[in-house]
Amino acid sequence: MLLIRCPYCGERPETEFHCGGEAHIARPDTPADISDADWGSFLYTRTNPKGLHAERWLHAHGCGRWFNALRDTVSDAFVTTYEMGTPRPDPISETAKA
Amino acid sequence: MLDVNLASRAPALAPRSSDAGVTVAPLGPQGRLSLRIKPAALGDDTAIDGFDLSGPINSRRSAGDGAATRTALRLGPDEWMLLCPADDVEERSEALAAALNDTAHSLVDVSHRDVSFVVAGAEADSVINAGCPIDLALAAFPVGAATRTLLGKAEIVLTRLAEDRFTVTSWRSFAPYVQGFLVEAARHQL
Repeated sequence: MLLIRCPYCGERPETEFHCGGEAHIARPDTPADISDADWGSFLYTRTNPKGLHAERWLHAHGCGRWFNALRDTVSDAFVTTYEMGTPRPDPISETAKA
Repeated sequence: MLDVNLASRAPALAPRSSDAGVTVAPLGPQGRLSLRIKPAALGDDTAIDGFDLSGPINSRRSAGDGAATRTALRLGPDEWMLLCPADDVEERSEALAAALNDTAHSLVDVSHRDVSFVVAGAEADSVINAGCPIDLALAAFPVGAATRTLLGKAEIVLTRLAEDRFTVTSWRSFAPYVQGFLVEAARHQL
């Protein structure tokens, strides 16, 4: 079973979690002032990388907290997890650690 | 004047026995309060109305004994489930609300939402592991641990009272499923 390290609870089985899509997407402060194309891009355009991907995850059947995770979309390996509101860790140094 | 509490409550389920060494027994009514408060707002004052809120995340802290037993399960960074005797819950609720009067918090009586079971016996951990994927080895889930997790398709709150003794708490409507699951798992335990 795939284990995910919740920043609050430690390593827990994947079935306790839900993925919430790509992380670090800031909502525009004044949506009325931006163009339709920019708004559409905010809503729908995602990076969809092959490799390291920053995602939001929810420990739904546990502490109930959202956190961010760096996951490799090729190997499905979780490189690191970190609390919401903290910047994305440097993927190169994290990969070197792993 | 209208009597306030006219409702008579039927128990959610009757006990079901298993012949195996592990017993699954529904606990009677229990007072349960869901407390949400930011640890920063709580400050250093972690004993409120006799409840010990000082435990780390996913731990159980119990104080007092007999009718004065007060247990606090810390289920998340800012979430506790407080357990007390069933007939004591309104008094505790008022005392806690008074003690936290100046602090932003949420305190909800959820006594009738949940049903608890005691799972006891030498192989109690493997009976629970039949439907719960977390590591129940003593090193990973020691006595005094408490967490929300899954049992089969139902969400449960699991606490370890002793090496061979657990409580499993689920929402009332999931209780027959959880009871059946545990009794069946105990039956297949050899």
